[in-house]
Amino acid sequence: MNDRLRNYRNWMMLSIFTIATFIALIPLFGVLSYVVKNGISALSLQFFTNLPKAMGLSGGGMANAIVGTLIMVFIASLIGIPIGILAAIYLTEYDRHSWLSVGVRFATDVLTGIPSIIVGIVIYTAVVLKMGNFSALAGGFALSIIMIPLIIRSTEEMLKLISHSIREAGYALGISKGKTILRIILPTAAKGIITGAMLAVARVAGETAPLLFTALGNQYWAHSLNEPMASLPVQIFQYATSPYKEWHQQAWAGSLVLISLVIILNLSARFAFRSRSN
Amino acid sequence: MGQSISVRDLEAWYGSNKTLKGIHMDIALNNVTAIIGPSGCGKSTFVRCINRMHETMPGTKVKGEIILDGVSIYDQDPVALRKRVGMVFQKPNPFPSMSIYDNVVAGVKLNGMTQKHKLQAIAEKSLRMAALWDEVKDRLNYSGMSLSGGQQQRLCIARALAVEPSVLLMDEPASALDPIATMHIEELIRQLKADYTILIVTHNMQQAARIADSTAFFLNGELVEHGPTSDIFTNPSDKRTEDYISGRFG
Repeated sequence: MNDRLRNYRNWMMLSIFTIATFIALIPLFGVLSYVVKNGISALSLQFFTNLPKAMGLSGGGMANAIVGTLIMVFIASLIGIPIGILAAIYLTEYDRHSWLSVGVRFATDVLTGIPSIIVGIVIYTAVVLKMGNFSALAGGFALSIIMIPLIIRSTEEMLKLISHSIREAGYALGISKGKTILRIILPTAAKGIITGAMLAVARVAGETAPLLFTALGNQYWAHSLNEPMASLPVQIFQYATSPYKEWHQQAWAGSLVLISLVIILNLSARFAFRSRSN
Repeated sequence: MGQSISVRDLEAWYGSNKTLKGIHMDIALNNVTAIIGPSGCGKSTFVRCINRMHETMPGTKVKGEIILDGVSIYDQDPVALRKRVGMVFQKPNPFPSMSIYDNVVAGVKLNGMTQKHKLQAIAEKSLRMAALWDEVKDRLNYSGMSLSGGQQQRLCIARALAVEPSVLLMDEPASALDPIATMHIEELIRQLKADYTILIVTHNMQQAARIADSTAFFLNGELVEHGPTSDIFTNPSDKRTEDYISGRFG
């Protein structure tokens, strides 16, 4: 009797977990399939090669937005990845327990949770207004501010996973602390650090709010990093809120490209380093 | 002048906890000295003071003097000192990101040696001394982690020997190993003492009796007795040593 009751309960619970999992998957696949369905029809070679065209003309694309997103994400990575990794090394290897580290750690946690539009406003005030114009640099800078805490946190977790005995083994061989970190600790944690960095890159690639006030957007090619620059999220935002049907189509195509970009980054972060682990 | 170690008034703290309370001890050249005693008696702390590893932990403090080869170790750069005083740890700790070969030469390579043929010669010599060469010579490019526990520990010994220290500190090097692997390590220690001054911390009194020329008994942060191994085990002068080795506590 007892056994039957237990088996029944077991079956009940398993059913609940399974149903919850499927419910969780519905929005995910819903969003994906909806974007693919709507986006694929507007996608063409011209979408990747042409500039946006004025209303009423056919054959417009988002080449400038795609390149703009890549450029600004690259700028953000150039600033964010080294600063994030170096700060995490300081926090784990040099100064784990001081008030400074505790403060920095608290600040990164707060920054990770801060709405990205606030980063946009701050950079607008601090950089755009001071420099006098919207620019790709300001956009990349805003994205890097969102990246840094993510990378600090993920790198720190990876470094903490490495046993203290590995560090001691380095010191015991007469290897200096700096070299132990650079040549022994970092290579050991490299896989996790790179995965964390790529996930942070994927995260900022889709950010819209911080770019609205900083890079602004551009219907043409930007000729320098000091000019407003188009990006996929901002272009999608502007097209989707326009009243024109053709532009809505383009926004869907842009969404599909953006989502593919993020998925590719995510997948390569997960798989690229798996093969090397053994 | 031979390489010997003189320890004078050595005191060590871990936080507010005093783990060594004034150690006086002379360690002979080309000898195996075993450090025995119950858990928490300070024996690990003691050997970790000799290569100044104790100080790398936050919240630790050391007082007193350790003279190695006529010079105080506290007048030397700790990184340079550790090239002369090697260490093998309780748990095998090969570098996970490195191959067997890179593990062995890590100490010399990361300290600037780049000539490939020299590195290869050092790797072979060290692995032979650690009695591991025949088992790994065909797979030097495999990860160090692919070896068994006993092989990993011999790899760590080879890695320590590659730097050519004159003193080798071993902190319970066989306590995580099975009897066969332990036998390998003990055999190795007997061979190494021709060229090295070896200090070995051990929980296992039979092991001390088998391999050590002299034995020191630590209790509650103090050195109770230090003398030839045969004297310590057959004719201890202190009652506490006798109680410990006869198994009355510890």
